[in-house]
Amino acid sequence: MNLLALSWKNLLSKPLSLLLSLVLFALGVGLISLLLLVNRQLEEKFEKNLAGINLVIGAKGSPLQLILSSMYHIDAPTGNIPIQEIRPFINPRHPFIKTAVPLSLGDSYKGYRIVGTNSDFFKVYGAETGQGKMFEKTMEAVVGANAAKALDLKIGDTFFSAHGLQDDLEMTHDHASFRITGILKPTGSAADQLILTATQSIWAVHEHEAAHQQEDHSNELDIQRPLSDFPEKAITALLLQFKGRNIQTLNMQRSINENTNLQAATPAIEITRLYSLMGIGADALRWLALIIIAVSGLSIFISLYASLKERRYELALMRTMGASPFRLFALIVLEGLLLSALGYLIGIALSHGGMQILAGFLQDTYRYTFTGKVFLKEELFLLFGAIAVGFAAAVIPALQASNTDIHETLAER
Amino acid sequence: MLQTTNLQYAYAGGQALRFPDIRLEKGEHWLLLGQSGSGKTTCLHLLGGLLSPIAGNIRIGNTAIETLDRRALDFFRGRHIGIIFQKAHFIRALTVEENLLLAQQLAGEKQDKSRVSNLLQRLGIGHKLKVKTDKLSAGEQQRVAIARALVNRPMLILADEPTSALDDASANEVANLLEEQAAEVQATLLIVTHDNRLKSRFPHQIALQSTLP
Repeated sequence: MNLLALSWKNLLSKPLSLLLSLVLFALGVGLISLLLLVNRQLEEKFEKNLAGINLVIGAKGSPLQLILSSMYHIDAPTGNIPIQEIRPFINPRHPFIKTAVPLSLGDSYKGYRIVGTNSDFFKVYGAETGQGKMFEKTMEAVVGANAAKALDLKIGDTFFSAHGLQDDLEMTHDHASFRITGILKPTGSAADQLILTATQSIWAVHEHEAAHQQEDHSNELDIQRPLSDFPEKAITALLLQFKGRNIQTLNMQRSINENTNLQAATPAIEITRLYSLMGIGADALRWLALIIIAVSGLSIFISLYASLKERRYELALMRTMGASPFRLFALIVLEGLLLSALGYLIGIALSHGGMQILAGFLQDTYRYTFTGKVFLKEELFLLFGAIAVGFAAAVIPALQASNTDIHETLAER
Repeated sequence: MLQTTNLQYAYAGGQALRFPDIRLEKGEHWLLLGQSGSGKTTCLHLLGGLLSPIAGNIRIGNTAIETLDRRALDFFRGRHIGIIFQKAHFIRALTVEENLLLAQQLAGEKQDKSRVSNLLQRLGIGHKLKVKTDKLSAGEQQRVAIARALVNRPMLILADEPTSALDDASANEVANLLEEQAAEVQATLLIVTHDNRLKSRFPHQIALQSTLP
């Protein structure tokens, strides 16, 4: 029998008030920890997928939608842009553009997006094939690590793509099938969730659709030929990396937006805008969590304070058995600390378990992987905060306990 | 063993209480008698170091307890004085055994489970070791209270109306046990009471008179 065990038994002797304090505390801590986890992992995804892209060119519309669809593959794609109009930007001799990655979006296979692009895409995202090889002809495709796992695709498998991003049998392009030639190593970027093929493959699928009575065009859609050879075709977006920053690159976005039918958007700016939009919701939740923690602190305070009244005699008794006032103080403080530490542990378990469950839903919806199995430095600060709340809630009842007047209490009949 | 001289106490705004000088030898058993309101409980609390006198000295063994600071007094009380109250109170969250172990721990003694169970055996409640104290009858509770007062082998046992809440049979039994157990650890026993049932069995008696000096 020692003070810690006595504190614990005292708490256990009031199971309902113990439960209330623990549930409130765990809820507050869990909510904050969950916010931290989601926030951190979302930011990591966004940062990773920035991939050094300076500017994205697409059809006129919402710049945020353009960025989300072309870089994060989570929103609906914007309209098409004719090759004719983007010709200057895909010219390899452009003085300021280092890399221009074409993207053709809008088709999918069982909910996983198919992206038509070229080999620059893999350089930008640092993706390489883990098994098999890169696509070399039209209708060949490589598949990102997570998509391959989820769809159970292996090298040599064939599939029909669907028009649109839903898994919809009515909309299947059932005249030309893709063949998997390679599976990418995991990159931690959007590439993991995608099926990648040549721009020309996407064109080939849609040409079949438009005129499948006519002869095969695939020979003409040689993927070795530059996109500028197909001025009548269109893509969805173009990702640009600049050679360096200078006044011309700074002006490029404005001049595209003002002088052409195209839209140019800067990923970093749009993502910052997105953060500030999400930030309002996250802030509201954070305040809610802090209020819950404050209320749970109050509930600890009230239950300790109320228990003092009926434990006055016990406390006086402990003094007669040789306990110093400081021991009584420590006893009550320990009860507050035990409650808060336990509440913290339950809260952290809830948030990480919850995150693991949430990860499944997020993966289904956004094709992004999240995990509850990482722990953050901030959660350690949260522990200190929790301990501080427990101490603050217990300190007044503890002082009261240490000031118990033995004689008066024991003389009461 | 226990000696007081010129002991006085005053409640805030009240008149001072003056107590007769007391002198008890080691192993003696005494009654402290007096009417309600004569200051019996105050006197017991002074002797137990639960209250500080405004004047006078209390010597227990070789220690003048009015000279001890608060921390030292708490420790001295836990170690050397066993106190039994009229109504037995315990730490409700703990079992009988845990209450006694806590008494050892708070007095800075080693926690000795065999001492605890032997003591409870001798008091006839060995089978209640793992029972919560509020599940016991009043008589059983008073026995546990005696066990708690004795567990650290104190030199002084102070009992405040230990029998007044009990029926004749239980009162007799508790008085027997108090005498036996005090003799066993060679402790000095002082029982504060107005219970006439005890007067005949304890020849050493101190009477508290009028409360005015």
